[in-house]
Amino acid sequence: MTETRSEWPLWEVFIRGQHGLSHRHVGSLHAADAKMAMHHARDVYTRRNEGVSLWVVPAAAITASAPGDKGPMFEPSNDKVYRHPDFFDIPDDVGPM
Amino acid sequence: MTALFEGLLRLGDTTLILSHRVSEWCGHAPALEEDIALANTALDLIGQAQMWLGLAAEVEGAGRSADDLAYLRDVWEFRNFLLVERPNVDFGHTIMRQCLFDQWNGLMLNHLSGSTDDRIAAIAQKAAKEAAYHTERSADLVIALGDGTKESHARMQSALDAFWPYVGEMFTADPVDTELARDGVFPDLASLRAPWDARINEIFASATLHKPDSAFAHQGGKSGKHTEHLGHLLTTMQWLQRAYPGATW
Repeated sequence: MTETRSEWPLWEVFIRGQHGLSHRHVGSLHAADAKMAMHHARDVYTRRNEGVSLWVVPAAAITASAPGDKGPMFEPSNDKVYRHPDFFDIPDDVGPM
Repeated sequence: MTALFEGLLRLGDTTLILSHRVSEWCGHAPALEEDIALANTALDLIGQAQMWLGLAAEVEGAGRSADDLAYLRDVWEFRNFLLVERPNVDFGHTIMRQCLFDQWNGLMLNHLSGSTDDRIAAIAQKAAKEAAYHTERSADLVIALGDGTKESHARMQSALDAFWPYVGEMFTADPVDTELARDGVFPDLASLRAPWDARINEIFASATLHKPDSAFAHQGGKSGKHTEHLGHLLTTMQWLQRAYPGATW
């Protein structure tokens, strides 16, 4: 017998749509443990053939950037155009990159 | 009625009636995730029912469709196991009933995948994949709830005690089953019991549940003698076709 809790912990769900692509965050759900989270992810997020692979991650294990830090975190890169590979001529034969 | 038609009705009616029972949870389950999971299960089961009843109608050759069989027959013409017409009671009962059936259905479909009737083998092969998921899911939930809190344990034990007398019908062969087994169309039902018991014993041991000692088994569903619950279920399930005959989407 284990202690009782009123809510299952929160999990974040990631799906790989097809081979070769990376997993994308699709949403979250509640589950008691990892296996149950995997079952729930299958039932809630892959009903219409959305993917070939699932990840579930305890939401508590994710460290997120703080919205208030947006300025110092991201804005300094805005004016550093030399970091972007925008100045190369790409031959048409290469196709989409 | 031929044995083949009877046998297909048993598979079709059992999955149809269980599907309806499970669908009664739609919008009422204890958590959103379980609500969707139960709805998925109900939809998988109705898909299986559609295939079994579709083949039953074809075998009968009387011009009836799967829909005719589902919506225009009365209680005594249904051939489902008594187990699946039992009311939902609570989430624990619903999951226990599902586990007892899923373990049987998984074994049955594995055998039917090698049926001498190619049409049956094809349906079973298609259904076996989703049945494997159902089997794992309901077993995990029985273990989680049985070995959970004091209340969830008590509810799972009372569900097991209530459903146990309805288990035997799944394994008791009558002349229809015997004829189908002789031709290799269906497996020998009694041969499913040992592997079913082995897996169920593992599940109950992990779930800290006590399997009742009684071997008493209600019979009747497979020959059309049902409990009072099936009539009420059909009233809900069939009312639209009864009130508006021939109505379509």
